[in-house]
Amino acid sequence: MADRPDNSAFDGSNKPQLALHVPEPKYRPGDTVDFTDLNVPPAGEQARPDETCDPKETAPLCHDLVRVLGDDDKAHGPWDPKLSPDVLRTMLGHFATVRAFDERMFRGQRQGKTSFYMKCTGEEATSVSAAMALASDDMVFPSYRQQGVLIARGYPLIEMINQIYSNKGDKLKGRQLPIMYSSREHSFFSISGNLATQTPQAVGWAMASAIKGDSRIAATWLGEGSTAEGDFHSACTFAAVYNAPVILNVINNQWAISSFSGFAGAERTTFAARALGYGLAGLRVDGNDPLAVYASQKWAADRARANAGPTLIEYFTYRAEGHSTSDDPSGYRSAQEREEWPLGDPVMRLKRHLIALGEWDEDRQAEMDENAATHVKQTTKEAEKNGILGHGLHHPFRTMFEDVFEELPWHLKEQAEQAVHEREVKFPEGLPNR
Amino acid sequence: MAIELKMPALSPTMEEGTLAKWLVKEGDTISPGDILAEIETDKATMEFEAIDEGTVGKLLVEEGTENVAVGTVIAMLAGEGEDASDIEAPEPSKNADTAEDVEGEGKDVGRDPSEAEITKPSATREPVSDPAIPEGTEMVSTSVREALRDAMAEEMRKDERVFVMGEEVAEYQGAYKVTQGLLDEFGPKRVIDTPITEYGFAGIGTGAAMGGLRPIVEFMTFNFAMQAIDHIINSAAKTNYMSGGQMRCPIVFRGPNAAASRVAAQHSQNYGPWYASVPGLIVICPYDSADAKGLLKAAIQCDDPVVFLENELVYGRSFDVPKLDDYTLPIGKARIMREGSDVTIVSYSIGVGLALDAAEKLAEDGIEAEVIDLRTLRPLDKQTVLESLAKTNRLVIAEEGWPTCSIASEIQAICMEDGFDHLDAPVLRVTNEDVPLPYAANLEKMALIDTPRIIAAVKKVCYVD
Repeated sequence: MADRPDNSAFDGSNKPQLALHVPEPKYRPGDTVDFTDLNVPPAGEQARPDETCDPKETAPLCHDLVRVLGDDDKAHGPWDPKLSPDVLRTMLGHFATVRAFDERMFRGQRQGKTSFYMKCTGEEATSVSAAMALASDDMVFPSYRQQGVLIARGYPLIEMINQIYSNKGDKLKGRQLPIMYSSREHSFFSISGNLATQTPQAVGWAMASAIKGDSRIAATWLGEGSTAEGDFHSACTFAAVYNAPVILNVINNQWAISSFSGFAGAERTTFAARALGYGLAGLRVDGNDPLAVYASQKWAADRARANAGPTLIEYFTYRAEGHSTSDDPSGYRSAQEREEWPLGDPVMRLKRHLIALGEWDEDRQAEMDENAATHVKQTTKEAEKNGILGHGLHHPFRTMFEDVFEELPWHLKEQAEQAVHEREVKFPEGLPNR
Repeated sequence: MAIELKMPALSPTMEEGTLAKWLVKEGDTISPGDILAEIETDKATMEFEAIDEGTVGKLLVEEGTENVAVGTVIAMLAGEGEDASDIEAPEPSKNADTAEDVEGEGKDVGRDPSEAEITKPSATREPVSDPAIPEGTEMVSTSVREALRDAMAEEMRKDERVFVMGEEVAEYQGAYKVTQGLLDEFGPKRVIDTPITEYGFAGIGTGAAMGGLRPIVEFMTFNFAMQAIDHIINSAAKTNYMSGGQMRCPIVFRGPNAAASRVAAQHSQNYGPWYASVPGLIVICPYDSADAKGLLKAAIQCDDPVVFLENELVYGRSFDVPKLDDYTLPIGKARIMREGSDVTIVSYSIGVGLALDAAEKLAEDGIEAEVIDLRTLRPLDKQTVLESLAKTNRLVIAEEGWPTCSIASEIQAICMEDGFDHLDAPVLRVTNEDVPLPYAANLEKMALIDTPRIIAAVKKVCYVD
């Protein structure tokens, strides 16, 4: 290698050799998992500063873990949102629906009814409980695992399934991937497949809301892996500089497909601690504790609404299933991780809490789960009447040219008419869906 | 009704797999979640789960069968109230493969010899034209820089939702002074200095537009906007389409584009062809002051995302602008800058000035050139180009930019497809050299298009010399 420096002179020199560090997760397939070194503080011991506090006051919380539900299934400490049993049961109902929905859609993909699906198992609280803490018209800029937000906001399941099956009922007219939902009516921004682009857009939306003197805030979700995108840093900078009424939710579910959180920097610090450098308020929260998720999101929402500033929240959770239907996690992580996860399962924790309150029992839970499964099943059958992926011509041919621009420009009009004309000449007997 | 069980896809790219093993047999009762079979691909093995309850009617594909195409019906399931033994294999016509392969939907459309005839444009475009300028209207000599500023100021006075953001747009009055005076008139909440991140404020602007405002995002130059291109293309341009028409993004991305003087490779690039290739974007690239003003106003009023490309070298040039209230021009309409009958020179932006100079010199040699300023690069006004070609039968494109995949190549393609019968000579393009722009004055000059090169190309297509 004549064009490279000759390093042989360094052999035997007493200068210390440099060594590259490549992060490696603790456990690989087959390994015995031991999470005892994870620092899980007792519930209720974290201070709750005033919503309008200086961001500096949240610094200790960026390295702590806000928890409400204790091992005794009771709510503890200043972060207890003191929700009524009715609200808790509603939350549990949304959990049941999300889980039943995920189960059925995943199997539907395995049956070829759609090409792709993503479950949120184990992370339900980070969407459902957070959404319940926001106003229903606060603008949400989600990532791809926030089906819980839509379900909590009452978006009809059939609309979700129509899109997943890409059938003639698909409101997005066959233009968007399954699960990349979009509903203006439910203040749910069109999900972007380009990771983290939604974060500066959420900040921009929030700034616009502030410019207009509106009362609505924005909230966005992204995975811990995509905090490495430049978007996230731009979003944090703008949020801090203009004091934007926005909540940045980082879902630290430990895994970005097969890359563990260490590849996004988790070996060095917490994701919540990113807030400190920007001057944002930061909270690190047990993402499997529905009450802590609700309370922290409410805290941040109240803060934003009071013009007291943006908040970055890290929800510490675990992706219990594969990344998507295209992923097989048994190839890169230990199956024991899910079982040993020290923060438990959010659905079970809320259920046990309600039972501990004397407001719930196993029979009612079984009934709730069964009702959810039946509801999802019936809705699926209903949606299948509109067709499934690859069967039939679901969308009128001409709609392909629509919505590229606000008004159909002449060149697309020309293309559309040419195409329709071509079909008429070639298939004079007529085709469906012209 | 019997339920068809199809060969599942493990991933969107999987096309076939091996049906390794059946774990149920005909007559078995199954419920959701039961494992029915194991499917193998070269990458992984997966379990095929039941989604419905019922009774297994027929197993149509034997275990161990390789290369089973995704979508093939592999088993039939009897539903409630059905006798599993009555279940028949589906008619072949109901298979997924044939359902997908419907005549005329693309897969099997043959290219008949009569294709050209069939696809001939049937739509004729309704003519649009610039608004009439009433007799006696005062014409005011205005620099392009002032014209752009006036356009923004007028729209900001008219519409509270319009605001400007970018690096140095407020206190500094714009890196090239295009936002001069706006801060004084509209204050820091509508003329916003930003942190130094084109990527960041392109995303912020996109979000603000989706939030109901009408942002004008100034890039100090479009050279710095390469990092912002993801927001411009993947978010601003596509969201309306992807959301099924629910989410609009009315935003203007503007700033100087293409080569300036002595700023070398990283600061001297024409992005017109890049943006003009993207469905969902409007791309405007004006030359003189009146067009800069009238088209920037149109861009701000437009409900679609607009990329508005200016030119630093032209900012200081002055041209007449009609003194009219709300002088707004139509987007997508080219302008005939000089009429001529012998040859057509198509250009845009700074190239228009060179083309006009070339036309004056050619006139001395008895060649009357028609000069067309495209003004809008997307949608492109091919009708004006083709009408001129039909008159002159010869065409040259002058573009300050690289030749490959350029607006010039696009015009050539349009002339070949739709103007072939009118051509008396090959269409020629005059562009920059195909190299990053050098810094050295002599090299820079040689790398950029100039009037003599346009004249030479015109003479060539006119078969003079």
